[in-house]
Order: sequence, then structure tokens, then C-alpha cells
Amino acid sequence: MTMPSQNGSTPLVEMRDMSVSFGGVHAVKDVTIDLRPGEILGLVGGNGAGKSTLIKTLAGAQKADSGQIFVDGEPATITTPRDAKAYGIETIYQTLALADNQDAPSNMFLGRELMTRWGTLDDSAMEDATRKIMGRLNPRFQKFKEPVASLSGGQRQSVAIARAVHFNARILIMDEPTAALGPAETEQVRELMRQLQSEGIGIIMISHDIHDVYDLADRISVMLQGKLVGTVNKDDVTMDEVLAMIIIGKKPEEVTTKELEQLHG
Amino acid sequence: MSVVEAPPTQSDTLEPGSRRSLGSYLRDNEIDTRMVGMIAVLLAIWLVFHFLSGGTFITPRNLWNLSVQTSAIAIMATGMVLVIVSRNIDLSVGSMVGTVGMVMAMLQVEWLPPLMGSGNSWIWLVTLALGVVLGALIGAFQGSIIAYVGVPSFIVTLGGLLVWRGFAWLTASGRTIAPMDATFQLLGGGSSGSLGETGSWIVGGVACVGIVALLVMGRRRRRKFGFRLRPTWLDVVLGVLGCAVVLAAVWVMNSYYLPENLAIQYAEEHDIPVPEGGLQIPLGIPYPVLILIGVTLVMSFVTNRLRFGRYVFSLGGNPEAANLAGIKTKRTLVRVFMTMGILVAISGAVSIARLNAAVSGLGTLNELYVIAAAVIGGTSLSGGIGTIPGAILGALVMQSLQSGMVLIGVGAPVQDVVLGVTLVVAVAIDTIYRRRAAR
Repeated sequence: MTMPSQNGSTPLVEMRDMSVSFGGVHAVKDVTIDLRPGEILGLVGGNGAGKSTLIKTLAGAQKADSGQIFVDGEPATITTPRDAKAYGIETIYQTLALADNQDAPSNMFLGRELMTRWGTLDDSAMEDATRKIMGRLNPRFQKFKEPVASLSGGQRQSVAIARAVHFNARILIMDEPTAALGPAETEQVRELMRQLQSEGIGIIMISHDIHDVYDLADRISVMLQGKLVGTVNKDDVTMDEVLAMIIIGKKPEEVTTKELEQLHG
Repeated sequence: MSVVEAPPTQSDTLEPGSRRSLGSYLRDNEIDTRMVGMIAVLLAIWLVFHFLSGGTFITPRNLWNLSVQTSAIAIMATGMVLVIVSRNIDLSVGSMVGTVGMVMAMLQVEWLPPLMGSGNSWIWLVTLALGVVLGALIGAFQGSIIAYVGVPSFIVTLGGLLVWRGFAWLTASGRTIAPMDATFQLLGGGSSGSLGETGSWIVGGVACVGIVALLVMGRRRRRKFGFRLRPTWLDVVLGVLGCAVVLAAVWVMNSYYLPENLAIQYAEEHDIPVPEGGLQIPLGIPYPVLILIGVTLVMSFVTNRLRFGRYVFSLGGNPEAANLAGIKTKRTLVRVFMTMGILVAISGAVSIARLNAAVSGLGTLNELYVIAAAVIGGTSLSGGIGTIPGAILGALVMQSLQSGMVLIGVGAPVQDVVLGVTLVVAVAIDTIYRRRAAR
């Protein structure tokens, strides 16, 4: 994998003034965020804050009404999931988006199948590639020929992660990556995220779990009712100040001590 | 680095000597135990009817006829598998058989002869080709409404059931169109519509070579990537068994002879002396069965080896995942219904050739038999699951029950009751089996 420039002057991705509305309701309104190489950006907010809708426009799964996306500083046109993947943007959805009736290799290569020179599916090559990447991510994974419906939650998660990692993602979107996992599995996903980060991959992490975000993220963008409250450096704020942004929509410099105390009331 | 530990109860390695059931052993070696079960059920049905009918069921004559009767439904059932796997249904196939069959009859009897010259030896092929194009167009039309307008396939094809039945009548104002072109008739089987002894053995031989080649290639590919191989003995058993079944089928087909009066007529036409004790001319594999074999091979290839097939299964398993993976699901759906339409046309051709006539009621209730064959063959109505050979076995099971009951003198109302009960029981067993397997 080529290492993107680490100087941070050009963001990997910049989403500028993004807006999405559904039937007159603004799900996302004029939101601007950016992601730098080797950075984990936490995207937080309550239910209906517009986090998922925002990242879906980056993943090509949702059309934006207005706004512009820049990849490596260049304007990018992303209207389908295929477009996003062409820019090296891979997404791990909360639902994992796996075809439950098919096996791990079919899912890993879904939409990007390896073909033989006769134009037929090369199942052996796909199984081989899946075995190799799983050997790295989850060496105990052995069920290569069974429908993923029969796998455990953690195994399914590792199939979804393997799919994103295998295709040399430069920008990884993770929607609630640990929501369905036990403590041990959660720790392993965290470890993987740190490793990917050290390889220069930028990660946008959506989470309800403020502790998760506070532990992992370098910067945190907070959304409330479709609008961006603000983006802060994790090291500059306390967890309470982030909570205040999520709940009452006030930046650390605006919030009063009394309001902070009331959060725990 | 390990992301996720597998729970300790899950052991995926094969431990020789450990207590494992035969079923799980076969499954580990990629043998479809469900299919093995269905073949066993089919054989049981055959044996029971053979016994009840006083030994007339498992005879070359009956099996030959059974295979011809199964063909028209089985050809369509392979397409219905894809339709149902994609979470859709096609209720219009019976009526489409009517329309496309009637148009093909009109083409060869009334429309083409003035253009091409009566008795032109290409009429049958032009008729068939135009029929296939018409089937594809009707399928694409219905598929487009389903995929792009978003009308549920149940409604679109329920409408189609009425519309195409109406067109079947309108095409010839309700007349019966007969007889078919002499060459076209061969597609329906019948006394001269089969391959003959030598041709049948050649087909059987090619099939055996194919089976062995597939097994050898499979082993070679797995070895190349260092995957675990099936035990050699199991591959040998599979190869021998496969070839034995093929050759036995050819032998049965070749053991059915042309009826005596037709044989004598044939002998007179070809100046063959009739020997003492009668003339025995083996029929061999009937053309409809040959067409079914061809359709099966093509459809299996499409579902297992082509992107299109994989996408149909993916969108049946999880439409959202297929969309997010960048699969053009709408286009794929249109192609599914187009494939169905093409198979309807082929099946319609077999039907009118076999009847040697087209009537406006052609194909009535076929949709129910086709759907039943696919479902008995293990296609799940919730989508994502189904196999081509399963659907053919399903069609064979239904036709065996029907023919068997006719053979032992069961009346039509009771036949319907038995077939209906069989459908429900088959799906009930399948549901329970899957629930247990999912655990």
C-alpha cells in the first residue's frame, strides 16, 4: 500500500457544506468535515443526528442535495457505491451488509469477483485470497465454505472488515464497529483500527459509545439535529465537554460550568 | 493478529476417527446431502409404484414416457429457481406458454410458409428463434415493470397470467392450429423425435468423459491452491456412480423400441427386411430430454460460474447488501425475467411439437406445476436458496407421482389431492430440515 503524505496539509477527504433532506426534513444541513491520513475521526451524536446519512453520501449509498466532496484535495464525484470504492473509500456498515446465504469468499468479493480468463468466476482464487487475509485478521476462522448466516457475530464482523481491508482502503468508514460485539471482540477491533491507522489509513468512526470514541479518536466531530456542532481535538476537551456538545449542542467555549454539572444531574 | 476469536465449541478441522455422522462427513466434502435425500425419495416413489402397478412402472416404456412428460415443466422450473431465488415469483409462465406457443404455431403454419416457401427446411429454426425472442421480450417487459417501476412481481405476473392467456386466444381467434412443421415436430419427442441407439450412446459417453473431467479439474484446482482434497476414494466413487447412472439411463432409453406397426412402416419406407420375431428399433434419448439436458447444463453454468448467477443469489440473500456492493440489481432482475421468458419459449416449443397442435388453452396451470417443482426441489420462497438440479428432481418427483397414479388407476381428483399434499409436506420437511441445520 502506498503511504499517503503524512504532513496533514491536504486532507484525505473533505466534505464541504453537505446537505441531505428527506421530504422537507433536513437530515443533514451544511455539514463540513475533513479526514487526514492516519487519523481516526470520531463522528458522534444522538439518534437522528444525521451521522449515518452524512457518511452514506461519502459511501455513495445516498445522494446529497448539495455540497462537495474532495479526495486528496481534488473534487470527487460520488454517486454510487462503486464510485466510492474507486476512490479507495470502503465502508463497514452496522448491518455489515453481508449476503447471508453466501459463503465468506463470495461476500468478500461481492461486486468485485475474481474471474478466470474465460470470464467465469474463479472461486478457488477467491477462497485462496480470503484464506490469506483471514489468516492475518482472524487465524482461527475456518468456515470458508458455509453461508455466513451460520457464523457468529464476531466472525461475521471479521468478514466485513476483511472485505474493506483487502481492497486497500485508504479511507475507512466504520458505522458502529463494536455495537454487536462482546468485550474481547471489541478490544480486537480496536487493536485492528490502531494498526490500520498506523498504516496511514484514515478512519471515520461512527459511534454511540462516547467512551469508545474518546479512547480511539484523534478528533471528534459532533452532530445534532442534522447540523455540525463542531469538531474538536480530543486532547483539548474533556469527555463531559463532548457530552455537552452531543446533548445541548454547545461548544466547550460556550458551555457553562452549571450546564456541565446538569449533565450528570 | 487476531480480530475475533472463534468460540471454542467450533471446530472446523476434520478429525479422523472422531464420531461424526455420515451426513456431516458428506457435507464437509461438499456433497449436497439434501440432493442425496431427494434422489432417495424419488427412488422410493418409483419402487412403491412399481410394486403397486404389478411391475409396470420401472420399465423402459414407462420411464421413457416419464422423461418426456417431465421435460416441458422441468425446462421452465430451472428458470423459476432464479426468479424465486431473487425474491420474486412468476405466475404468468403458463399463459406465456400459451401466447408464445400459439405464435410459434402460427409462424410455421400460416405466416412463414408464404414468405419462405411451403416445406422450407429452415422454417422450424426460424420459428423457434422468433419464439425465443418473443419470450425474452415478454420477460424483459414484465421484468422492467417489476425492477424499474417497482410493482411487485406477484401483481405484474398475475396481470400477465390474464393478459397472455388473452393473447393466446387472440393470436388465432381461438382456433386450433395444426399440424406442426415436420422437422419442428421432432422437438416434442414422439416416435421419430429421438436420438436413436448410436447417438444416445455417444451422448452417454460424452457425459461420462465430462463427469470425470470435472472431478479431475476440481482436484487439480484445489491442489494448486493447497486446499484440502476430497478423499480419493470418494472422488472415484462419485465418478463411477455418475457414469453408471448416465449409462444406465441411456441403456433404458435404448431398451424402448418403436411400436411394432410403426417399426414395420419404418422398415417399408427404408427398405429394411423385417426379420423373424419382429423388428426392434431402439428409440434412444428423446429430443425433449436432450433439450432439458442442454438447458440444465447452461442454467447450472449460469448460476454457478457466471457473475450474473452470483448476483441473483446475492440480491436474493440480502438486496441491500447487493446494492451497497455496487451490483446493478435492477438490471439483474430484468435479466432474470428475460431468462424465464426464453425458457418458457423453449418449453412452449416442446409442448406444441409434442401435441402437434397449438390450442389457446396451452400451458394452463403450468405456472403452478413449475413453481411446485422448484419449491419441492428446495428453492426457498424467502429467496437466496435453490439449485437447478433440485428443481429438475422436483419436477421428476411430481411427474412420477402423477404418472404412477395414472398407472394404478387413481382418478384425477385424487391425483390433485395427492400432489397438493405432497407439495405442502415437501416444504414442511424442508423447513424443519433447514431449521435444524441452522442450529
